[in-house]
Amino acid sequence: MNAVFQGIGASVRRTEDLRFISGNGNYTDDINRPGQTYTIFKRSDRPHAKITGIDSTAASAMPGVVAIFTAADFAGVGGLPCGWQIHNKDGSPMAEPKHPILADGKVRHVGDPVVMVIAETKQQARDAAEALVIGYEDLPSYSASRDALAAGAAAVHDDAPGNLCYDWHIGDKDATDAAFAKAARVVKLDLLNSRLIANPMEPRSAIGDYDRSGDMHTLYTTSQNPHVIRLLMGAFVLGIPEHKLRVVAPDVGGGFGTKIFHYAEEAAVTWAAAKINRPVKWTSDRSEAFISDAHGRDHDSHAEMALDADNNFLGMRVSTMANLGAYLSTFGPAVPTYLYATLLAGVYKTPAIYCEVKAVFTNTVPVDAYRGAGRPEASFLVERLVDAICHDTGADPVALRRQNFIPRDAFPYQTPVAVQYDSGDYFATLETALKNADYAGFPARKAAAAAKGKLRGIGLSTYLEACGIAPSKLVGQLGARAGLYEVANVRVNPTGSVTVFTGTHSHGQGHETTFAQLVVDQLGVAHNQVQIVHGDTDRIPFGMGTYGSRSLAVGGSAMVKAMDKIILKGRKIAAHLLEASVEDIEFKDGKFSVAGTDRAKTFGEIALTAYVPHNYPIETLEPGLDETAFYDPANFTFPGGCHICEVEIDPDTGVTSVVQFVAVDDVGRVINPMIVEGQIQGGVAQGIGQALLEHAVYDAQGQLLSGSFMDYTMPRADNLSNISVGTENTLCTHNPLGAKGCGEVGAIGSPPAVINAVVNALSAYGVRHMNMPASADKVWNIINGGLRAAAE
Amino acid sequence: MPQVTLTVNGKTSSVEVEARTLLVELLRDKLGLTGTHVGCDTSQCGACVVHIDGNSVKACTMLALQADGTKVTTIEGIAAADGTLHPMQEMFREHHALQCGFCTPGMVMSAIDLVAKNPQGLSEDEIRHGLEGNLCRCTGYHNIVKAIDASQSLMHAKAAE
Ligand code: FES
Ligand code: FES
Repeated sequence: MNAVFQGIGASVRRTEDLRFISGNGNYTDDINRPGQTYTIFKRSDRPHAKITGIDSTAASAMPGVVAIFTAADFAGVGGLPCGWQIHNKDGSPMAEPKHPILADGKVRHVGDPVVMVIAETKQQARDAAEALVIGYEDLPSYSASRDALAAGAAAVHDDAPGNLCYDWHIGDKDATDAAFAKAARVVKLDLLNSRLIANPMEPRSAIGDYDRSGDMHTLYTTSQNPHVIRLLMGAFVLGIPEHKLRVVAPDVGGGFGTKIFHYAEEAAVTWAAAKINRPVKWTSDRSEAFISDAHGRDHDSHAEMALDADNNFLGMRVSTMANLGAYLSTFGPAVPTYLYATLLAGVYKTPAIYCEVKAVFTNTVPVDAYRGAGRPEASFLVERLVDAICHDTGADPVALRRQNFIPRDAFPYQTPVAVQYDSGDYFATLETALKNADYAGFPARKAAAAAKGKLRGIGLSTYLEACGIAPSKLVGQLGARAGLYEVANVRVNPTGSVTVFTGTHSHGQGHETTFAQLVVDQLGVAHNQVQIVHGDTDRIPFGMGTYGSRSLAVGGSAMVKAMDKIILKGRKIAAHLLEASVEDIEFKDGKFSVAGTDRAKTFGEIALTAYVPHNYPIETLEPGLDETAFYDPANFTFPGGCHICEVEIDPDTGVTSVVQFVAVDDVGRVINPMIVEGQIQGGVAQGIGQALLEHAVYDAQGQLLSGSFMDYTMPRADNLSNISVGTENTLCTHNPLGAKGCGEVGAIGSPPAVINAVVNALSAYGVRHMNMPASADKVWNIINGGLRAAAE
Repeated sequence: MPQVTLTVNGKTSSVEVEARTLLVELLRDKLGLTGTHVGCDTSQCGACVVHIDGNSVKACTMLALQADGTKVTTIEGIAAADGTLHPMQEMFREHHALQCGFCTPGMVMSAIDLVAKNPQGLSEDEIRHGLEGNLCRCTGYHNIVKAIDASQSLMHAKAAE
């Protein structure tokens, strides 16, 4: 047995850290293939223009140039596919214009790739790209959904009239109208959810490699889901059958959603490597990442709540314009629909909800999932609306929330927006958060801050989200073009060590540690005897990857199922060795024993017997101890909780500092508390970033103003303070681990808590709502404008 | 092509480079020391921090030729010869100060310099300000600050040995 407990519930220090702290990580850009060439993509510097000509004469003659490709060379190659089809209110499918690998006849956003230049070195490729001459004829361009939808706007795509991708709705309109008809009061709010850029610290990178002898294509890529890339790129873009295509996603330096999607560069390097019969490597610069990694959020919404005379929520109406950017990214259409509007009930028992969403093509970088993907947009809307109700009615933010919570005994709870919550206790997370934040002591702290000339505010959010994506049958009905199960292959080696091949992918989440803890717990093997393998389609049977906080709830459950099979087979082998019946064999603490006796075989002995089957029930049982399981979840999981933020505003500078942040979340079963805490802290930091600092801004000419780390304010250590994390867990009722997911709660729960705190701090200035980010200039102007108004 | 001679992690190398080659390119592409990362093109992220003659420097912001004749230490060179980790590496692991690991080499190199240059000890606030040049997108910095704080006594005790 292990001297130190390393099973479920232990804060085991991470296995993967040893290579990362020593500089031995193996990220895509660290990989170099023999004979490798380098590619640079010449990108559009216009938001919307016809391409009138491409002259590559001078570029072709530059030193080291190997090949130059344009859209014409990619004729016969498919467009980048979209993984989710949404239907309009009338049942017709969404507009789905082609997303070519290289811009074909027209560019649609700044950053749209136009020409691929391949050379012996990266510098030579860059020099040649500089020498290209591309002629453009500018067209009118639109960065905001509202402008692109305006009557008479020029078409981003000819086959998407009015720049509308879809006009979708969910919920019971008549029931909601009836709720509003009988309301004592209606509270309304217009709000924007700001456009963000995920900015994982590792820029995207891709290497295409072609082996002529075996006609095998290999793509090394910075991906969260290599099997999905193999499927999409192989089947829809390049027409390479799966058995001829290997996709490797080695160590990946953060993803946050933006590395889920299948990108043009991946297909281009894979295609070009076969074309020139040499490896082709591309690594994004950060400036390039800003205009080519999918962006996140960008909603423009109107929300209304119908209330009775006692402030009970009767009905909610929402209409949203969602900016999808210039092309459909892999999961773009799903984010503002099934990952957003289905969460609009939040933690409240609002009986009727109706939401309409117009998704819009604009001349901006495509928009897709970014940490939280749709749920942060929902939680921001709901939790801001609740505080607006408090503002308008004078209700207390805690009491109003409590009053409208879904009661503890109402689970499973069917919401009016399609999903059914399995478990939760919103009172428990709220009470613990109030205690951890010393909510009752706030007035004294506010007074103390005021004495120093600071404006102090407190805000809370009681949020809910959906993870563990997702039941294949359900998402199939909703328009997903894939199943969303997960796969695990558990291979017990002859000496009793265990190798697990998982279809999920770790890019910071610590799966190598957490998943090994599941093996320790279930098979009784020491933690250092377990190897978790991910990120290679040639080694792992199949998988759908890591996003939507699904890895433990879905991938971990697949592991549990595979280990159940291992144990069952082990019991059969033990029954043979111990001359007992299978029913009498128990497996506990790494031993197979005959119930009620001390006759037992260790896990290692059984493993060895399975591979050296000299004394073995060979007529009825195959040798070996190697099992695979596919797990398709029965439902989503529903983590939730309460975040309380306290801010101090310096009225002289307008700078808002988060002086206290308390998160109490319900993430279901926790395997490694240290890792869970780290995931939540990281998520909260991104949420605070959105609320106070980050903003992707386009100017009127369609240029991205916030196109570098000098202009896009990433949270730094001195922008943040300590983040207190607690949990009050209820178990998920439908997966074997009881796990819900913890990767996104931080980013989903925190933005409304921060903005509620800022609005609270500024209440003396008549502020009812503020869109993100609450930047220093915005806050300063409110304070000073307010002072001027007061003086007038 | 011009030649640059420098000592990296105790080993002296002479390498031909283009005049425009950056130090980080020399380390990664010519010497195969891929522990030093590139996270931006505007000197903002600190993923590329190494030590040059004992000072932390952003290796993306220096030409390889400017490093001629210097002693460079990278993340690969801070553990003891017998493999014993540097206290900063130990504390990063102990306090879960890394997730994806991409910022980690630069973060560790910056942190070592920060602590070494401040034997009087640093407050949490000072640590946070000292990390201004390093971005981490994963951790929210909470555990990085804890790890650096914890490493202070270990590093100063070791320096006093
Ligand atoms: S690579 Fe970002 S500062 Fe050097
Ligand atoms: S650990 Fe991922 S960027 Fe810091």
